[in-house]
Order: sequence, then structure tokens, then C-alpha cells
Amino acid sequence: MKPVAGRSVDLVPPALMLAIALGALALIRNPSTWVTLTVAGLAMGLLIFLMSSGLTLVFGLMDVMNFAHGLFIAVGAYVAASTIKVFATAAGSESFLANLSAIVPALTAATIVAGVLGLFFERLIIRPVYGQHLKQILITTGGMIVGEQLIVVLWGPDLLPLARPTTFRGSFLIEDMAIEKFRLIAVVIGLAVFAAMMVLLNRTRIGLLIRAGVENKEMVEAMGYRIRRLFVAVFAAGSALAGLGGALWGMYQESVQVHIGASMMVLIFIVIIIGGLGSVGGCFAGAILVGLVANYVGYLSPKIALGSNILLMVIVLLWRPQGLYPVSRS
Amino acid sequence: MADALLSLAGVHTHIGHYHILQGVDLAVPRGELTMLLGRNGAGKTTALRTILGLWRASAGAIRFSGTDIAKYETPAIAKLGIAYVPESMGIFAGLTVRENLLLAARLGPPDEQRLDWIFGFFPPLKKFWQLPAGRLSGGQKQMLSISRAIVEPRKLVLIDEPTKGLAPAIINNLIEAFVELKKTGTTILMVEQNFHAAKSLGDAAAVMDAGRIVYSGRMSDLAQDSAQQTRLLGLSLEAHQ
Repeated sequence: MKPVAGRSVDLVPPALMLAIALGALALIRNPSTWVTLTVAGLAMGLLIFLMSSGLTLVFGLMDVMNFAHGLFIAVGAYVAASTIKVFATAAGSESFLANLSAIVPALTAATIVAGVLGLFFERLIIRPVYGQHLKQILITTGGMIVGEQLIVVLWGPDLLPLARPTTFRGSFLIEDMAIEKFRLIAVVIGLAVFAAMMVLLNRTRIGLLIRAGVENKEMVEAMGYRIRRLFVAVFAAGSALAGLGGALWGMYQESVQVHIGASMMVLIFIVIIIGGLGSVGGCFAGAILVGLVANYVGYLSPKIALGSNILLMVIVLLWRPQGLYPVSRS
Repeated sequence: MADALLSLAGVHTHIGHYHILQGVDLAVPRGELTMLLGRNGAGKTTALRTILGLWRASAGAIRFSGTDIAKYETPAIAKLGIAYVPESMGIFAGLTVRENLLLAARLGPPDEQRLDWIFGFFPPLKKFWQLPAGRLSGGQKQMLSISRAIVEPRKLVLIDEPTKGLAPAIINNLIEAFVELKKTGTTILMVEQNFHAAKSLGDAAAVMDAGRIVYSGRMSDLAQDSAQQTRLLGLSLEAHQ
């Protein structure tokens, strides 16, 4: 018997991104400006993806609404700022390798501290309110407020500078196009994390369990797997990614303030809703869309930039009410 | 009759304010297929879910191979060698047929010989091996759900209404598969509304009504006793032949 071909990827969302990019090129009419905006949009989108991918899995796997996710972003940014300060000489050097020896520990520390904080947060705050959405909203919002105040106690209320290492500043100039170096780095790191997540989810047993758990956690348990252990691991990994995203976002903005995470939460929720709750692929597509639209609209019509992503969400949900890549649930 | 692999004694289950199981006493003989019959709402599905720990028994003992598992968590119960085919089939629609079976095989990659044995009675699964399970037909989904439960040898398989809503040709296919499964000596507890399927497969039978077992005996005896069928199940045999 001839086997039937496997799963096919829905190419409509990537085609939509391409159409938006080409549409923007037609409106902007200046290729160099368009390239700059597109790279900025991709970088912003991939940083939002880093910050939101954990949250979409946490919701998909255990129906947990974590409004404190922004706390891990903020903690990541602050830890990175403090670590960079420790390696100030290396960060200020003109040598790329010396800069690398400053930025790698900063990003690693941000990731690890946010991940460990996520473990404690799940144990203390989330676990007592499994299955109770209203309590989850209240207690995680409370946790976010308390966490932010603890940041103020530890780091102070003032804006903290988070300078990029010397060789990561400035732009590459290709003819009359300027492409900021750090944006390219954000794109590379974002794509690498996305690729690693896709390999993990599609090529490993743990990834299979996560995907199955997002669809039907009861059945996964009935097959002999402890979904709660898996959830704790996903929660910690999601927090760690938020920390990494926060560190990069802080460097992107070159400063850190206590609401850096909270201010991203609206965009993050838009991204995971547009993508389809629980879908990592959808989260990636949603984040890229949000990043591109924010940058194009911000340039073309700054007055409506603030609402452009809400409008994008409305349009996407009218078109696909379950999101770009919906997850089947039973 | 063989000794009981699974036994329930005075099992009660509450779901919210509802008292569903009201003292269930049931013995499932080792190596046999026991049919759990009864009208809609009698508590059959609740009994299966309580055995697996998906709903917690509020009182009573559930013994599996002599161990009381009433307080065990679902994953621990499954690891004892109990598989479950829910009424909803519970397939992972976004995962391929292959991935569904890969996940069900806890000991490692599925055994090739075992897979060939399954493909023998469920050929579509081989054909659609790389297809997302959500794209299978209803009958094929049921085949996958059953295959997941038996992709590795299990001591006990709990099956909830496998023929529900399926075409007669598919039902016959499933019956053949269960006959093959019975030959392996696997103990099966099956909830079934289709009396034709029940009497052609069942060794033992138990009938539930209002959260209790009201009949327990051999399936062949119940199949020959139309008065009992009418009294317990509200059906006439002729209508289901």
C-alpha cells in the first residue's frame, strides 16, 4: 500500500507577511528606508517572539493565564544590566572577542536567573491556583506588582543604562542602506532560538509530549506521563526565554526601567492571540507580523502607530478566529 | 471463571454535587473481555474514568493485581499496565499517526512486529502513517486510538464505546481487531451500547443502572435471555440483530 504524504505547512501566513512587506515597499517608495524598517521590524518581532513563546506554551499546556510574565522580562533586563557593568572593561573594548566575553555572560545570567525565578514562581504562585482562571489573573497580577517593587528595592527606581558592547553599536552601511548591527544580532538570536524550539518540538520525545499536552493533557496523563512535571519544565524554560528576551530588549533600547516587562505585555498578548494560543509556530508568525506592522505604520502614519497592532489583531481574528496556526484541542 | 485482574468494591464517585457511582462492585476476570453494559447515564464511562483515576473515587477500593489503586494518580495507574481508549478517542490531531503511536509506546520505539500485527487489522494506519491524525476519518481515528492502547502489551485495556457513530463495515473491522487482541490474552473491560458487538465479543458481562452493578454473569447467558435484556437494558434482541 502506498503511504500518503505527510503534513503540509500552511503557507498563507508567510504569504501575508510577504504581501505586507511588498505593500509597504510600494507605499514607502524608498528601498533603503524600506530595508532599514524591515530589518527593524524583524528584530522587534523576533525579540517579542523570544519574550512570548514561553507564555503561549504555558497557556496551551495548563490553561494558565500568567499576567506576571513581564516580571521575568524585567528581571532578565536588570540582571543583564548588572552583569554588563561587572564586565564593563570588556564591554567597552574595541575587540569583538572582548565584547563577546561581556555579552555572553550577561545574556546567560539573565536567562538562568529568570528561569530559576520561574521555577519558584510556579511553585509558590501558580500551583495553588491551577484551573482557576480568575484567581490566576488576580494572583499573577499581584505577583507582578510585588516583583516590580522588589526590583525597585534591589536596583532602585531610576532608569538604568544598558549599553551595548562597543562593536555591537552602530550600523552596517550597504550603499545608502543603514542596517543597525544589534538588530541583525537580535534577528540571528531570535531565528536560532526559533529553530531550536522547532527541532525540540518536532524531533524529540519531550517535544512530542509538549505538543500532545497542549492538545489533550488528560490523554497524555492516561498514557502514563506526568504532565505537571512537564509543565514545570516548560514554565521555567518559558521564563528563561523571557529573561533572554528582556536582556536583548533592554540592550535594544539601551536602558532598563522597572516597567520594561509590563509595557510589553499588551504586545505579547496580541502576538499569542494572533498566533493561536499554544502554538509556537503561530507565535513566531504573529510576532513577525506585529514587528513589521509596528515599524511600517510608525514610519508611514505615526498617529495611528499606537493602535496598529490592535487593528492587526482584529483583522486577523476576523479572518482566522482561532489564530494563524490554531492548535487542535480536545 | 478466571481470577479477577481488576476488582471494584463499594466504589463511589462524586462529580461536583452529583453522586454518580453509588457503590460499584465489579470483578474483571483475567484474560477475558468483560462487557460493561447499561442505559445512557448509568455510570459506565464514570466507572472507567474512576478506575484510571481521571475522576477520584470518593469511597471504596479498586484493586488491580491485588494492589489498591484508588488513591493513585492517573500516570501511576497507567504505568501499571492499564491503557485507555476514551469515548472521544482522545487522539492528538496535530500529531501524525506515527507520532501518536510513538508517544503511546512508553518503553521506546514501537516494536516492528507489533506494528505489523496492528497494520494487519488496521491497514489505513500504515497508509496514513505520516498524516496528521486530525485528517483521518472517524473510523480511522478510532483505529488509531485503539492501536495506541495496544502498541505495547498491556495487562488491561479500558475501552469506552468503540463502535459509537461508526459505519457497519468499520464496526466489523473493529470486532475482528478485538478478536485478535483477545487471542493475546489481554484483559479488556469494554463499555458498549451496540448489543450485537457486545454479544459477539464479550466473555463476561456486567450491567449498570443508576450508578450500581445490577447484573453480573457470562455474556452468553445474557445474550440468550431476552427477558433480562429487556429488563436491564430496555432492548429487544431482535431489534439489535
